[in-house]
Amino acid sequence: MTDLLDRRLLFVTGKGGVGKTTIAASLALLAAQQGKRTLVGEVDAKGNLADFYETGPTSFQERQVAPNLWAMSMDTEESLKEYLSLQLKVPLIARIGPLARTFDFVATAAPGVKEILTVGKFLWEVKERHYDLVVVDAVATGHITGQLAAPSAIQELVHVGLVRDQTGWMLDILGDPAQTGVVIVSAPEEMPVNETLELVDRLEQETNVQLAAVIANRVLPELFGRGEEEVFDRLEALPDDVLERAAGGPVRPILDGARMAVSMRRTRGVHLARLREELPRGTPILYVPYLFQRSHGARATAQVAAHLGEELGY
Amino acid sequence: MARSRARRPAATSLEQLLAAKEIVIHCGSGGVGKTTTAAAAAAMAAVHLGGKVLVLTVDPARRLANALGLQEFGNVETQVPAEAFAAAGVEPRGELWAAMLDTKQSWDDLVRAHAPDAATRDAILANPLYQNITGRFVQSHDYIAMERLYEIHASGRYDLIVVDTPPTRNAIDFLEAPERMADFFSSRLLRWLTVPARSRVLTMASKPFYSVADRILGSKFLEDIAEFFLLFQTMYDGFVERARAVTRTLSDARTTFVVVSTLEAAPVAEAEFFVEALAERRMHLGAIVLNKVLPEWFLDDSAAATAQRLCASPEEVAAALPDELGDRAQVERVVREVGESFLNFQVVAKREAATRAELSSAPEVVAAVPYFTHDITDLEGLLELGEQVWR
Repeated sequence: MTDLLDRRLLFVTGKGGVGKTTIAASLALLAAQQGKRTLVGEVDAKGNLADFYETGPTSFQERQVAPNLWAMSMDTEESLKEYLSLQLKVPLIARIGPLARTFDFVATAAPGVKEILTVGKFLWEVKERHYDLVVVDAVATGHITGQLAAPSAIQELVHVGLVRDQTGWMLDILGDPAQTGVVIVSAPEEMPVNETLELVDRLEQETNVQLAAVIANRVLPELFGRGEEEVFDRLEALPDDVLERAAGGPVRPILDGARMAVSMRRTRGVHLARLREELPRGTPILYVPYLFQRSHGARATAQVAAHLGEELGY
Repeated sequence: MARSRARRPAATSLEQLLAAKEIVIHCGSGGVGKTTTAAAAAAMAAVHLGGKVLVLTVDPARRLANALGLQEFGNVETQVPAEAFAAAGVEPRGELWAAMLDTKQSWDDLVRAHAPDAATRDAILANPLYQNITGRFVQSHDYIAMERLYEIHASGRYDLIVVDTPPTRNAIDFLEAPERMADFFSSRLLRWLTVPARSRVLTMASKPFYSVADRILGSKFLEDIAEFFLLFQTMYDGFVERARAVTRTLSDARTTFVVVSTLEAAPVAEAEFFVEALAERRMHLGAIVLNKVLPEWFLDDSAAATAQRLCASPEEVAAALPDELGDRAQVERVVREVGESFLNFQVVAKREAATRAELSSAPEVVAAVPYFTHDITDLEGLLELGEQVWR
């Protein structure tokens, strides 16, 4: 499964709340640790990617956050400016300023323009080989196909012009499974699993981008091995005073806690099994355990990166 | 499971809130359980308060839809059958209705309502850009959700409407959606876009815009867009007036907001942001509901000390337990596992408690819903959850 990070461009998506940004940040960190020159970009300018490295705010201009690792935040206006300066060469640029607001409107009105400015920037970085790997903390499951399908939508809707001229090479990179892949972050709960399975279908129908892997995040550990749950049942049935005498303190909350963990794991196990069964055969699934941590900062990112590394066989 | 209560006796309860308001909007970041919380609140209101209660939801889990007796997705309002209440062992004082938001359908309805004539209506509905644009329009989902809420409220069909909001990148998007819709229709852009379709005379202001836009997008595409908006503009008056009415409804005294969050960092940050946004807009914050909160006994220090002992010397503890528990080595492993598990969860529980203490400085009702270890599959489950936040 080591080839996941051998791709050039990974779009990381998932339902809100499953830990999409954690996984994107960790995958990028892992790639950087493996010696790949890596760019990680969040498409939501109001996102909190920076918190996962604890390096201060990110902007459109990428900045180094770790050895081999650069981070940036998408800004479609900046992307447009960069694009125009690369495509149209100088003089127009001076006039772009006051036009930016107007373009924001056009981008809003014209389907696919904002999306192509977002996806296009990352594709450009891939095309120009500025990095070995570009990891995109993409939009959530509900919006990702619109973004990935933007180049083909533009090709259909727009018949001439600079934007149209760019769609060809973009589609080549997007459609090449050796270069580009989508990583769906899921969690062992009903809605995240539903959305993952629905997205797999929609990727197939609405885009030419391949699914690279599914990451099951926050998987609770199995508490007991074979035969041990029966022992636990009997332990739970003991009177409080017997337990307290043996352990030298209150045991009931501890047993209640373990019971809760067992039931949670069981409920979630059903959803995890459904994910495994209903994903297309051969889809790589990586498991990341639920982390019992004090915070969600750089420490958690490093831990998740380590787990992903294990799953990928590094 | 043990029940974790609100930190202090709240000045108002969710019961009082639901009894006093006509519209209760649940908001918060994705994955915190907005939909379930909204459904539980509506079910509780129907059971205990009476009247006609509607829960308007955006994208419920199939389970939840089933729990509400909703078979098909669509804009149709469906009454939750009496049998569902009977199965839950309750006799409701009122009626519970449920509906899901169908964005496409709602847009079509809106166009039908506001198009000046049949020809324009058909031209819009048949326009290839229409679907594309309404699908991705500036927060088109947000707008249509609020619009539909307004429409249902204005119809006077319900005593109470409980709404859950669509997933957005930014929680306040839907608060601003109606204003933005009005702005958009009055915008210069729309005038610029639609001018060349009427006459080819370009104003000085729009010239640079076109020269750049033409090169980038091609003039044909711009004309396609212009044609579409020209059609759309015929609905200007109806739309703008409507969008303003929707905004008024959101800040009406009969409307309140319930902010739902878990105690994880990102949802809490979004919840705090939302609370501020409501205050700025003088909209009513009714309650903050904390969902999926770990039980308070995970914070118990003497239990933690015991758990540490279970991990450090499981042999001694196992030896002091009755022999009939099972194989000694297995008992030791179980003892150590439960101890470790407790300490693991305690780390998270402590983090949550600290976050919760910060949030509790807000004067609104802070109700805490414990972690449900099982999925909610029926009305009984919903009511069980509702009980946790009711008083």
